[in-house]
Amino acid sequence: MGNKTALYDAHVAMGGKMVDFGGWDMPLHYGSQLEEHHKVRQGAGMFDVSHMTVVDVDGEGARDFLRTLLANDVAKLDGNPGKALYTGMLNEKGGVVDDLIVYLRDPGYRVVVNCATREKDLAWMNQQAAAFDVTLTERPHLAMIAIQGPEAIDKVKEVMGIDWTAAIDGLKVFNSFARDDWFIARTGYTGEDGLEIMLNNDDAPGFWHALADAGVAPCGLGARDTLRLEAGMNLYGHEMDDDTSPLQANMAWTIAWEPQDRKFIGREALEQEKAAGVENKLVGLVLEERGVLRAGQEVVVDGEDRRGIITSGTFSPTLGFSIAMARVPVSVGDAAQVEIRKKLIPVRVVKPSFVRNGKSLV
Amino acid sequence: MSEIRSELKYASSHEWARLEEDGTVTVGISDHAQEALGDVVYVETPEVGQTLTAGEEAGVVESVKAASDIYAPISGEVVAINEALEDEPETVNSSPYDDGWFFKVKPSDESELDKLLDAEAYKAESDEG
Repeated sequence: MGNKTALYDAHVAMGGKMVDFGGWDMPLHYGSQLEEHHKVRQGAGMFDVSHMTVVDVDGEGARDFLRTLLANDVAKLDGNPGKALYTGMLNEKGGVVDDLIVYLRDPGYRVVVNCATREKDLAWMNQQAAAFDVTLTERPHLAMIAIQGPEAIDKVKEVMGIDWTAAIDGLKVFNSFARDDWFIARTGYTGEDGLEIMLNNDDAPGFWHALADAGVAPCGLGARDTLRLEAGMNLYGHEMDDDTSPLQANMAWTIAWEPQDRKFIGREALEQEKAAGVENKLVGLVLEERGVLRAGQEVVVDGEDRRGIITSGTFSPTLGFSIAMARVPVSVGDAAQVEIRKKLIPVRVVKPSFVRNGKSLV
Repeated sequence: MSEIRSELKYASSHEWARLEEDGTVTVGISDHAQEALGDVVYVETPEVGQTLTAGEEAGVVESVKAASDIYAPISGEVVAINEALEDEPETVNSSPYDDGWFFKVKPSDESELDKLLDAEAYKAESDEG
């Protein structure tokens, strides 16, 4: 048996099909992954993401530590408590140890990393922390629920009541606030508006059931994956890993090159890669014929002997055809071919972002 | 709990086969298989006129989650395919034993049916798997 979140019993009671995910027993779906997907695009759905690892970073040296540890620059958060930043945490050779969100607290920082990489991440962070006046504290008593969709914020306000309305209304995208033991962020992993709420494990089942009563659909990891892929959001272990540079994972925008004297881990390797010329890039693929693109399928690009590879692929429930993200030689044009069951199938090459706020981008 | 119909024959690879009154054999995938696959979004059937050998790849069913090959449970010529699945592949989920059938073959050797699993044997296998 794997680890269980505070919501395990609620998932089972609601008919969740439980599967192992990074050592946790998590719901894959509650009947239909497709229906859950549509509910998030059209109404409101909720995900148990309590398996993710929350680490608070405190101490005099917290800011300096994170400015060394992370490729993006937490100095961008200065003076804006609550603000969030997406970034890679790189190794010395410029590979991605993990991707994460860091929130500026008051004082200190809160970092949320992936569950599958928890031990590796904590070991790496602790190793780097030795040189700084900083304490790292994991927060396993926190559950985390992501409520996503065009109606998500209204539903949360309805459940949480009048005392919270003003604070939630005042919350800008990619910002957060803390009150009592609750931490509420306007972030997500679906391409829809919504909130990610951290709260004590003891409070989580009651809140989950109240949201369900208000019409928020429980959604599993299956819908979470199709939603994030439509939104063009990376998944660790697919779009990037320890051996993949952020420059080849559509994460160049998360690297803060200025100021030049900030020596973040991996900077030298990335500068060398840039100087030598980046070989591959992450693109989106669209297959408008019948068939489904899948991770691991090879991509043939005109005029290149080197093949690309699909990092994530699925049927897009919103668009009604298959989409994928693929790492391909940078020379790629606006068309390519994918090898599916020994046949070469033509696909369209687009920016790796397919659906945003319910609307097609392709 | 998935449904296993007693009047059908099954392959370990989760296809079912039904001998019809006209001598043809209808093929589909079991309730257990559709449940494991999840929402079906695309079905590739063999072509009418194609000759299949038992155990040979006869098509593909793709769900949101995964692609899965379909194997011919019995040898013979394909005499019909379920064209409705092209527009409504989800029928495989909602009606795996009736409207969600895949193709029909005219068997070259009807006795091959005896080599398939009966409902009880299939149930025992899919419980283990």
